[in-house]
Amino acid sequence: MILLLTIFRVAFKALGRNKMRSILTMLGIIIGVSAVIAMVSVGQGAQQTISEAIASAGSNMLFVMPGAWNSGGVRMALGTTSHLQIDDCQAIERECPAVKYASPVVRSSCSVVYGNQNWFTNVQGYDTHFPEIRLWDVDKGTFYTEQDVATAQRVCILGKTVADNLFAGADPVGQEIRMRNMPWRVIGVLKSKGQSGVGQDQDDTVIAPYTTVQKKMLGVTFINSIMVSAISQEASSTAETEITELLRQRHHIARSEDDDFQVRNLADMAELANNSNQVMTLLLASIAFVSLIVGGIGVMNIMLVSVTERTREIGIRMAVGATGGDVQFQFLTEAVVLAVFGGILGIIIGMVTSKVISDSLGWPTLVSTTAIGAAFTFAAAIGIAAGWYPALKASRLDPIEALRYE
Amino acid sequence: MGQAQALINTSPPSGTDSNDGVVIKVENLHKVYEMGDNKVHALRGISLEIHRGEFVAIMGASGSGKSTFMNLLGCLDSPSDGTYLLDNTNVALLSRIELARIRNEHVGFVFQGFNLLSRTSALENVELPLIYASMRAKERHKRSHAALEKVGLGDRIDHIPSQLSGGQQQRVAIARALVNHPSILLADEPTGNLDSRTSVEIMDIFQELNETEKLTLVIVTHEPDIADYAKRIIHFRDGHITRDQLVVNRRVASEVLASLPPAEEYQ
Repeated sequence: MILLLTIFRVAFKALGRNKMRSILTMLGIIIGVSAVIAMVSVGQGAQQTISEAIASAGSNMLFVMPGAWNSGGVRMALGTTSHLQIDDCQAIERECPAVKYASPVVRSSCSVVYGNQNWFTNVQGYDTHFPEIRLWDVDKGTFYTEQDVATAQRVCILGKTVADNLFAGADPVGQEIRMRNMPWRVIGVLKSKGQSGVGQDQDDTVIAPYTTVQKKMLGVTFINSIMVSAISQEASSTAETEITELLRQRHHIARSEDDDFQVRNLADMAELANNSNQVMTLLLASIAFVSLIVGGIGVMNIMLVSVTERTREIGIRMAVGATGGDVQFQFLTEAVVLAVFGGILGIIIGMVTSKVISDSLGWPTLVSTTAIGAAFTFAAAIGIAAGWYPALKASRLDPIEALRYE
Repeated sequence: MGQAQALINTSPPSGTDSNDGVVIKVENLHKVYEMGDNKVHALRGISLEIHRGEFVAIMGASGSGKSTFMNLLGCLDSPSDGTYLLDNTNVALLSRIELARIRNEHVGFVFQGFNLLSRTSALENVELPLIYASMRAKERHKRSHAALEKVGLGDRIDHIPSQLSGGQQQRVAIARALVNHPSILLADEPTGNLDSRTSVEIMDIFQELNETEKLTLVIVTHEPDIADYAKRIIHFRDGHITRDQLVVNRRVASEVLASLPPAEEYQ
């Protein structure tokens, strides 16, 4: 076997003699590899955004929501009314061992007025466990107390967006705002939490004691939903079972009947979102993969043409002492050099493309080393696979026949 | 080349000089090509010996088997039957890989159509056998440069074949054949594509190599003029040797060149 370095030099020279053809051959590999990398990076970027959003929401969180229910034979849509009661919430916290906290949630929305400023936002009523359940603390001021909840005080905590819009940099803590024509005292401002997984501004909200929202804003006794925190992330599915059993019992639901509520586990939702995203990424990657294979076939095609075209060269090389193995190795090296160079260029172009996608479309992208490694390895493998047969064909040529070839 | 001429004149053609070792010994060599049901008997029992320092011309009509014989001598092909000893090695028994090594180390081949790699410099063309001999780049350059100097192309090492005349291309091919110091140099119609003056120049190089380096040469030609530059002529017909004789009135290329009109070589 001849020196490795010399083989590479010979391969580069041979490819350099046909620059245009070499570049066009590489193009297939370049497009394939860059497509795989761009697609996977878009998919993984989306996945990361979702898992970050879920982690920031608190992954041991569960929701209990009123389910579909029948009213005079009409099946009402989810959430149109609620037969979840405060008692349900208290029972969950008291009787389910896997549950750490449970807070009623009452939602409303209204205009918030301060001075000559006003801002339309949603108001969420919670009990005092809001910071623990939502993993969301106040930035300034304090959270309301059990006393505030028990006596339905008109106190509230502003989300960052609301505070910025109404107070424009001034400190809102201790100020009085108006909601539904009633004065409310601002006792705190929440830390900024940014966008949720679906792109909603989570800071555009007002938090208040649920009792106050029930009695003073809405005049209702039911609650919209129950927000539950399990003792750990692993315990969240146990908590889900416990809550379901407890509520079926409390709501007197016969075994044959459906639940009139729904328990949603954020960990499950995260998994679901992740799964659908993975399927999407896989789909995109496999389409890109197909183009990589087409690129590989292109390499094989060119190598076959090259063997035929260079039959005489092969004959000359054999006449001066090249063995079949030398010739085979030369052609294989050429194919691998084509594929590997195409792979490297493809990786660069793929990274640039994903950067362009994230900059221009605002999609988060994540170029993973796994995708780069896989695409590159595959490109090299394609080079070997595509070069193997032509190289073997070249090595089996008869020197005399090859020399006589016109 | 006056010195070479003097040497040629003083040393008689010595095909049977017993002091020289046997380079090629062929016994009862047969080659049969099978083309479908037809069997073509190209060689029907060739036996001969070629000694070190000989200059043999093989002549014969086309189809006489002379090219087949050359291919066998050059280890490009294997005989169907018989023995072929090259430097005391029975080449007929060797594998493809071993034959490649023999071609690399023991045989230099010059073709009618030059067979240089296109778009590749003269130096790189000459280096080719050394690459397959796994020689380091520095040594390769040195030896290739020296070989090109020997054929008078020391100033054209960077030219590619299309920038060289036919005669110059054939000289590059000769340099390539010589560069790995082979035991024999085989030339198949080396002057077939060249005009008469260039042909004589090539024969001059061959005669000089034969005289100064004691290089063993075997050339195939159908031109009696060219064959007369050799020391010994072997005639082939229908796969047999019909005549094997020493050249009586040997032509000396340097003398012929002197008598020809001056060169009008294009470059």
